[in-house]
Amino acid sequence: MKTLTHLDRLEAESLHIIREVAAECENPVMLYSVGKDSAVMLHLAMKAFYPSRPPFPLMHVDTTWKFREMIEFRDRKAKELGFDLLVHVNEEGVRDGVGPFSHGSAVHTDVMKTQGLKQALNKYKFDAAFGGARRDEEKSRAKERIFSFRSAEHRWDPKRQRPEPWNVYNTRINQGESVRVFPLSNWTELDIWQYIRRENIEIVPLYFAAPRPVVNWNGVDIMVDDDRMPEELAKTAVTKSVRFRTLGCYPLTGAVESTAATLEDIIQEMLLTTTSERQGRVIDADQSGSMEKKKQEGYF
Amino acid sequence: MRLNDDLIESDIAAYLEKHEHKSLLRFITCGSVDDGKSTLIGRLLYDAKMIFEDQLASLESDSKKVGTQGENIDFALLVDGLTAEREQGITIDVAYRFFATDKRKFIVADTPGHEQYTRNMATGASTADVAILMVDARKGILTQTRRHSFITTLLGIRKVVLAINKMDLVGYSQQAYDDIVDDFYAFADELATDLEIQPIPMSALEGVNITSKSNETDWYDGPSLMDYLETVPVGDRRLNTPFRMPVQWVNRPNLDFRGFSGQIAAGSLQPGDRVKSMPSGKQSTVQRIVTATGDLDQAVAGQSVTITLDDEIDCSRGDVLVSADDPSEVSDQFQARILWMSETPLLPGRRYLLKMGAKTVTATVNAPKYGIDVNTLNDVPAKTLELNQIGVTTLSLDQPVPYDPYDVNREMGGFILIDRMTNDTVGLGLVDFALRRASNIHWQAMDIDRSALAEQKGQKPAVLWFTGLSGSGKSTIANALQKLLFAQGKHTFTLDGDNVRHGLNRDLGFTDADRVENIRRVANVARLMSDAGLITLVSFISPFRSERQMARNLMADGEFIEVYVDTPLSVAEDRDVKGLYKKARAGEIKNFTGIDSPYEPPQAAELRIDTVNNSPEEAAEVILDFMREKGLLNGG
Ligand SMILES: Nc1nc2c(ncn2[C@@H]2O[C@H](COP(=O)(O)OP(=O)(O)OP(=O)(O)O)[C@@H](O)[C@H]2O)c(=O)[nH]1
Ligand SMILES: [Mg+2]
Repeated sequence: MKTLTHLDRLEAESLHIIREVAAECENPVMLYSVGKDSAVMLHLAMKAFYPSRPPFPLMHVDTTWKFREMIEFRDRKAKELGFDLLVHVNEEGVRDGVGPFSHGSAVHTDVMKTQGLKQALNKYKFDAAFGGARRDEEKSRAKERIFSFRSAEHRWDPKRQRPEPWNVYNTRINQGESVRVFPLSNWTELDIWQYIRRENIEIVPLYFAAPRPVVNWNGVDIMVDDDRMPEELAKTAVTKSVRFRTLGCYPLTGAVESTAATLEDIIQEMLLTTTSERQGRVIDADQSGSMEKKKQEGYF
Repeated sequence: MRLNDDLIESDIAAYLEKHEHKSLLRFITCGSVDDGKSTLIGRLLYDAKMIFEDQLASLESDSKKVGTQGENIDFALLVDGLTAEREQGITIDVAYRFFATDKRKFIVADTPGHEQYTRNMATGASTADVAILMVDARKGILTQTRRHSFITTLLGIRKVVLAINKMDLVGYSQQAYDDIVDDFYAFADELATDLEIQPIPMSALEGVNITSKSNETDWYDGPSLMDYLETVPVGDRRLNTPFRMPVQWVNRPNLDFRGFSGQIAAGSLQPGDRVKSMPSGKQSTVQRIVTATGDLDQAVAGQSVTITLDDEIDCSRGDVLVSADDPSEVSDQFQARILWMSETPLLPGRRYLLKMGAKTVTATVNAPKYGIDVNTLNDVPAKTLELNQIGVTTLSLDQPVPYDPYDVNREMGGFILIDRMTNDTVGLGLVDFALRRASNIHWQAMDIDRSALAEQKGQKPAVLWFTGLSGSGKSTIANALQKLLFAQGKHTFTLDGDNVRHGLNRDLGFTDADRVENIRRVANVARLMSDAGLITLVSFISPFRSERQMARNLMADGEFIEVYVDTPLSVAEDRDVKGLYKKARAGEIKNFTGIDSPYEPPQAAELRIDTVNNSPEEAAEVILDFMREKGLLNGG
């Protein structure tokens, strides 16, 4: 008899989760961040409903500071797969000129990402939102349920999580409340890469090493992606062979020096590295426990 | 993640191939507060080199700030990730951690020891193959150790590591270790006959017997914890059981395709297999097993697939496709073990939502038959279940569901209970057996008598006969009661002047003779309704004792409940809601009870309701209590 591999099992569990949301929630949405985890989640959504189309739209909360390549990739991918793509920008933040260079990572992330997300969820009245977060990413994520309940104010209460035995998920909520659903909860970074390789999933080229112009800002190498970078800083750009382990706002995403140009190279590098993938994220480093705090405030 | 495998550098593709085919072990740590569960997992991750440099740097600084080990590393901080946990030095909720060695992959759930957070421990345990039960060598087996070993076996874990920890604090004494092991074996005998126990002495803090055997315990000849975890056999016992797949979603992209999507809960499937859709019992043949990467010639337990069938049979979300040769049972009444997980105790008789597989139904949870004392494993009397209490009870569902006993299949027999108001998950339940079977086959063979009809509705029939003056409040109270019964899932019907006088009895007036005939007909209709299994609420003035007696005689023993709505004439006349008393006094209505026609008050009514001092809602509650006491609200 056929035996399932670890990836087979992870895939099956994720499909089950995604279908459960489609069957039980009234107005679900898939949060699409354009990164590798989102790419896997999207792929799983296509698989879950085949030959039907996934019965929910994609939504991207655009902070307006994403890498340009991410935006191109996002628009092309959504079209290719036939998804409705909702793009939400916090217009108040834009009006106030909020950005990482002028306001710092904390304010920028709060206004453009967390507040933007809440606005979007309120605007469309989504009762369930898929996110691509994994438990192995961070210590408070390791504590979160697969179906993670949020109050009408989008707050996560880590001390009152619903019990979640087996694979029986309680999707019931009252008016205004919502659930965040994490189909990749039990995947590790290595699982993601192996699955991308096995399934031939297309990802943003920024994950692969290439010569790119970078500057050193607050101790990390960041890429010069457009002319909004302060001139002083942009002047110091040097070209290095770099890639990114995670993708976000370009000023907040640290590049790693690398020559890894294929998936095998990337995986090999990852297995030999001594730092975690989140290390390159400027926002997490602010304070220990900062992820939990942000999540309580409504961050994904 | 730095694995010691040369293949990573020399041949990454070969390494990945090997890594992908490693087996997976899911385990938990459990046991009493502060016995060192989180420290152990932190230690395991650290010794297995699963901690990145940046994580180690923050661990070191966190240890100094909030750790329990002074200047040294507090390994528990690697898993106790919530701010509240770090502040209090305890675990509140499960942490899931992932690691791999050269031999295996692991998913570990570090669960909280505090009794208050037992529900979180159960969440972690529900998916585990192995439990590491931690014991503080200085303290031995505590109530919480027993509770956790009980819950792990309850949920189906049969492999337990008895981790005697903090051996450093008892000088690695073999005597201390032996005493605890003996103690536990004596208790475990009562737990489950097929429990496999591996005791290991260890120090999570100092890393003794964690990844390798240590010199401190030269008297110990068993494996190190890691040796055990890497080699303990794991297998999916669901593979060799009959096929089951709860239907999650009906896949209907266009008129030419109708597939049933779900994750296979047991057994395997091939095109051409005969399957039944439960609870309907309709049969068909598997046509295709559809996936996005092509059709499969076989699918096995654990896989998420979409199945198409040869025939257009009725099958929707919540139904279960099962092997036609070996179908599941179907029932709407179960005995189950329940772990209560809410601060608000179980309310026996109340209706909760029950979710099992892809099916959500309403279930009345009856008063527990008994609770279980986790210390002695004895049955104890229980009227309800409090937070973290475990008991055995029966449940009546509003519709039949396919199931297998939990001990045969977790997915087919494990359910959660959801509070309908708060939507909280308040209980976890394991189906033991059905109180009666409701599968179609049995229905056809069975005589459909009155008890079958009542049983089908999960209730006992009764006739509540409301008698009293015009305007005394009979209908209002009957309505209020009907609402309460309805909310409990009872099937009811009300007979009153409005729905009888206009049709069945429209040929009758208000003479004494007509009144008698009126009541005779109504009583007979009520009798038919109770034969149909309904709870019937009759509200007629029915002024004469003899007619009420006639009605009583028609009904089965104990099914007739006379409710005397005792409102004094003056009060009823004062209220005069319909203006009838005024008309009667004016002589516009003849033969009006209380005015120019007598009312004979009951002498031995089951219930007398004082409407002067009670609201209709209060009156309805009184009647409901009475019915509960008489056992009329239990299942059929
Ligand atoms: N001396 C000694 N101390 C230990 C050992 N293991 C754990 N401890 C200490 O015991 C205390 C409690 O450890 P934790 O790992 O937090 O205990 P826990 O079982 O996870 O506690 P809860 O999750 O809150 O139930 C901490 O101060 C640990 O450093 C050990 O083997 N020896
Ligand atoms: Mg702990």
